[in-house]
Amino acid sequence: MPLQWYITLSALLFGLGVLGVLFRRNAIVILMCIEMMLNAVNLLLVAFSAHHSDPHAQVFVFFVMAVAAAEVAVGLAILIAIYRNTRTTDIDFLNQLKH
Amino acid sequence: MTTTEILFFILTGIAFFSGAMVVMSRNPVYSVLYLITMFFAIAGHYILLNAQFLAVVHIIVYAGAIMVLFLFVIMMLNLNKETEPHNPPWVKIAAVVAGGMMMATLVGALKQASGPLTKTNYDTTIGTVERLGNVLFSDFLIPFELSSALFLAAMVGAVMLGKKNIH
Repeated sequence: MPLQWYITLSALLFGLGVLGVLFRRNAIVILMCIEMMLNAVNLLLVAFSAHHSDPHAQVFVFFVMAVAAAEVAVGLAILIAIYRNTRTTDIDFLNQLKH
Repeated sequence: MTTTEILFFILTGIAFFSGAMVVMSRNPVYSVLYLITMFFAIAGHYILLNAQFLAVVHIIVYAGAIMVLFLFVIMMLNLNKETEPHNPPWVKIAAVVAGGMMMATLVGALKQASGPLTKTNYDTTIGTVERLGNVLFSDFLIPFELSSALFLAAMVGAVMLGKKNIH
């Protein structure tokens, strides 16, 4: 399998994640799109690892997964705390840090 | 066309379609379900790339744990189609243009990438638990231990944030 195909696929998935962050206003969906971008990068790391026969990149994928899991736990807890106070997850409403 | 290439295109189609549906779905619950489909397609790609252990860990961690957390939070907050905020049309068009240009730039830039892109001494055992464990516990021992501290901090932080305010 040519490496270029995997590069193109993960670039497309990363672009979809960026599009989702720009397109949606629900903060939970934006977190999900960040997960999609992390997965695109993971796929690229695994593809490079397979093509260079080097397991080091696959260990990096582990650490990305660990950080992603921690990020989701804290992010969703913050969102629930915000929802309790404001009754919304609309990011256009969540600009109190600006005022 | 070999079987591997057919499988690659099927999995790519599933991953891209469900990724697009995550962005397009009106209902956040459908977004989560499409994201789970995308994760399974990516796990299939990992198996094609001889990363069997990572494929299993990917399904357990992402499709099993993280997505359940998302689904649980969405259902707890009772977010559905009616409460979903919508952008005005010009913002949507601007987002599609910006995201599409980002996508085109990435594909174009990475297609120009030079270097040893051909396979050299291809080894099919790099994805096994034994090889990965050897690397993880020799070269990456300190990051591995630090990630446990990160998890502990994240867990304590999530519990602190999730508690009701004490006044």
